[in-house]
Amino acid sequence: MSGEINIMPDLNEGSLLEAVTGQSPVTSENATGADSIDEQKLVLEVKHVSGGYHTGGPFKRMQKYKEVIHDVDFVVKQREILGLVGESGTGKTTLTRMIFGTVKPEKGEIIHYTKRPQIIFQDPYSSLNPAYNVEWSIEEPLRVFGKYDEAERKERVRRVVKQVGLPEEILTAKPAELSGGQRQRVSIAAALIRRPRFIIADEPVSALDVTIQAQILELIANLRNELDLSFLFISHDLNVVYQLCDRVMVMKRGRIVEQGTIDEVYNHPKEEYTKQLLAAAE
Amino acid sequence: MKKHYNGYLIAGLIISGIIIIMTIIGMFWTPYSPTAMSGAAKLQAPSLAHLFGTDNFGRDIFSRVLKGAGTTLTIAVATVAIGAFFGTLIGANTGYFGGIVDDILMRLNDAVTAFPSILLALLIISLTGTGKKYNVILALGIVFIPSFARLMRTTYASYRNANYIISARLMGAGSGRIMMIHILPNTVRVLLPALTIGFNNAVLAEASMSFLGIGVAPPDASLGYMLSDAQGMFSVAPWYAVCTGLVIILLVFGVGLIGAGMQKQGSGVN
Repeated sequence: MSGEINIMPDLNEGSLLEAVTGQSPVTSENATGADSIDEQKLVLEVKHVSGGYHTGGPFKRMQKYKEVIHDVDFVVKQREILGLVGESGTGKTTLTRMIFGTVKPEKGEIIHYTKRPQIIFQDPYSSLNPAYNVEWSIEEPLRVFGKYDEAERKERVRRVVKQVGLPEEILTAKPAELSGGQRQRVSIAAALIRRPRFIIADEPVSALDVTIQAQILELIANLRNELDLSFLFISHDLNVVYQLCDRVMVMKRGRIVEQGTIDEVYNHPKEEYTKQLLAAAE
Repeated sequence: MKKHYNGYLIAGLIISGIIIIMTIIGMFWTPYSPTAMSGAAKLQAPSLAHLFGTDNFGRDIFSRVLKGAGTTLTIAVATVAIGAFFGTLIGANTGYFGGIVDDILMRLNDAVTAFPSILLALLIISLTGTGKKYNVILALGIVFIPSFARLMRTTYASYRNANYIISARLMGAGSGRIMMIHILPNTVRVLLPALTIGFNNAVLAEASMSFLGIGVAPPDASLGYMLSDAQGMFSVAPWYAVCTGLVIILLVFGVGLIGAGMQKQGSGVN
């Protein structure tokens, strides 16, 4: 994430999301929003949202408001991988922060139908705390959540490490001893440990080389199938989005200029901007 | 991984280790009583009986150095502990939260730094009274807070927007937990060398304060106090100043080497 916003208030489970969405988020760890998976049901609804951030000073009247997101409107369905493409500086990060509730929308509404989403970052080198070993990093979200005893936590760590295809020996390693792909798997494990229904992946493979990229993409696709997860997959690489996603949105200067299924957008693009992006990707 | 021997660290540990062991021995046993005077043995040059010679009252300088080093070490360690503790507390909060709290506390910090540190220590001593060890510790401790606060502020600010810290916030970890558990272990690499530098500054500051007559007073002896005592008789008993000064130099040199070694170690890992 870029450092464009320095105000990052603490998110206490519930409070801020509630303030943003106007409804209580589901906080139980095992709630799915629905017992059965229905691919028409939603995990997230973003309704005509506009917003940005305030810069300038400690007091309201010294601040300037800069709108970054203009009238963004989309849904994420259960068990869907939704791609979000657009060049850097277009507001993808701000949109992510709005979904997490760390930036409040000025207009519109964001509704979560599941418990708190999880995030996977682009840079696997800075997404793990270098002072601790892998086990600590994966376990920490559960420790913070505070509802599980030690044995239960360790058991879940072991299970999730297996799910992301890492050997158990890796638990005692420090991040500095891991490769980029391994680190990204550890980040994914840490995101999965609270059993979310919805994960935001912010350029998760763009820092990796091509063979490792393919492995991580395969892992994400498998996790979707096995765990019925939904993903918002942010990327600037149209080829990666084509391989992985079900639907795709194209973002330009804070607006969603085009959205549709992969076939619609890639084979019959309507917008000039989309055509340019596709031409550039070939 | 290949094993690298860190010469600075090893040499520093040996030198300061010897002095610290001698100091600890000096707390329980000295060859002569450090306060026993002897008219027959005034101003004797170093010999087997008196390793560092004797002073104008016939007291054994080696015994007094052993005792005085204890006082100096205690003051230095306590001073650095106060400075590091409060400095970290202030620096962590200002660096992590930023904003208006940061502005206010750091300007206060600047105000404290703007005073020459020895002058500030003088001011505090004059308010609390001279000649007591605890007042010296208090005065130097306060003087040492700003530098630690500034260092820790910069360090915490640099970690504030690291991805793993953003993740921790998003998972719902509280600010206290993030500051103490997520960030603090990462600052050790910066903090440990700073502790050694702070320790050395404290030794020297204590020495200069005692030298100026606002540090510890008799019957307590510290290395700085003895050094100021020695300057009056430098022409008749040069060994007094030389031996006492040498111990201060070795102590500071040893700890300085440890600091340099740790810095080297830190940069080697990353």
